[in-house]
Amino acid sequence: MDRNSNVYTFIYASGMVILVAAILSLAAINLKPFQDKNIEIEKKQNILASVNIEADATNAEEIYAERIVNTYVVNSKGEEVQGNAFTIDLKKERAKPVEEQLLPVFECQIDGNVKYIFPLRGAGLWGPIWGYVSLEDDMSTIYGASFDHQGETPGLGAEIATSNFQDQFKGKEIYDSGKLVSIIVAKSNETAPAEHRVDGISGGTITSKGLEKMLLDDLNAYNAFLNQKK
Amino acid sequence: MSDREPLFSKKNLKLLGDPLNSSNPITVQVLGICSALAVTAQLKPSVVMSLSVMAVLAFANVIISLLRNTIPNRIRIIVQLVVIAALVILVDQVLKAFVYDVSKQLSVFVGLIITNCIIMGRLEAFALGNKPWPAFLDGLGNAAGYGWILIVVGLARELFGSGSVWGYKIIPASWYIENGGFYANNGMMILPPMALITVGVIIWVQRSRNRKLIED
Repeated sequence: MDRNSNVYTFIYASGMVILVAAILSLAAINLKPFQDKNIEIEKKQNILASVNIEADATNAEEIYAERIVNTYVVNSKGEEVQGNAFTIDLKKERAKPVEEQLLPVFECQIDGNVKYIFPLRGAGLWGPIWGYVSLEDDMSTIYGASFDHQGETPGLGAEIATSNFQDQFKGKEIYDSGKLVSIIVAKSNETAPAEHRVDGISGGTITSKGLEKMLLDDLNAYNAFLNQKK
Repeated sequence: MSDREPLFSKKNLKLLGDPLNSSNPITVQVLGICSALAVTAQLKPSVVMSLSVMAVLAFANVIISLLRNTIPNRIRIIVQLVVIAALVILVDQVLKAFVYDVSKQLSVFVGLIITNCIIMGRLEAFALGNKPWPAFLDGLGNAAGYGWILIVVGLARELFGSGSVWGYKIIPASWYIENGGFYANNGMMILPPMALITVGVIIWVQRSRNRKLIED
């Protein structure tokens, strides 16, 4: 057959595309369980990081199973509802009105005390940012926080994922005489009481403010639950 | 066939060896610079990137070489792209499944192997006109030539930028200024411009040793 004829070219192109599609789908289906496992392990690492436990990919599952003693789902009124806290897709929940959102809570056992871990999700400059914040059992003092992002600028907004930034949150208070004030991620010229503020990132103002809004909005959703537990 | 070439004839070894030095894809042909700058802040991603490019380039070369007599001339570039893209997606999926942390670090750059000019360049210039075995060697050679530059740059940047190699601290903690020592990591090394300068230094050293490369 003439290699330069249109018919040959069409047949060749179609055959090639079908073959390649088949190979790639096969690979994607077979590798999916491994990839999902990795994502699950990473999520466990992030949850543990918010209670200041460093876990690597090999021991995250073990530590998670040992430390995270209880998980449940609440609604914005603070009532416990049906659901699996670990598999809730925050992106979908945040798209709903706050009354309908399912809010996951993780309880972690550390030195005989219970720490409460809450997942967060918000918007940075270029894309979503997310994280976990853990509270002491007074439901106001932050025990630890971990944040991550999809595509914030390296060296600027991406600094939210560094321990330098996250360590600032330890010991801060989210309630001020009974009122939820969350944490202000501040520029140096902003005044807020020291127990409610952390230093923002120079050059990363929009990410910093996005993070501040994420904390306030998401903790607000838990407000009823937090007040109940106090 | 009595005139059959031995597998490792002089000509074939040249295919493997030349790209390491006198026809190096990065320092001589100046191809594939983008990824060389982007992923070399540390040694580990550099090595993984090199191996990924090697897998893609060697297999793409062999596949295109096997198909070379069937590919319709008018769509040969598209055929090459489909082969490369398919291989890159496979590599990406495998990395995601088995070395997740590295795949996160390489992020978009694995996908961008598709646009690495070295690969299309070798397919177009070599695989389309040669038998599979020499094409395989050519692929390995060029990927190795790309890889060793990445690894040298990655090593230098991680050592001077973070004081570690492969994630292990090499510079003793007591040397650092904050611990009362005299040493500080050079933060510049982490940034992409220093990768370009490091590549520049390699080119300089290479040309001063290999006079053939100096143009008039």
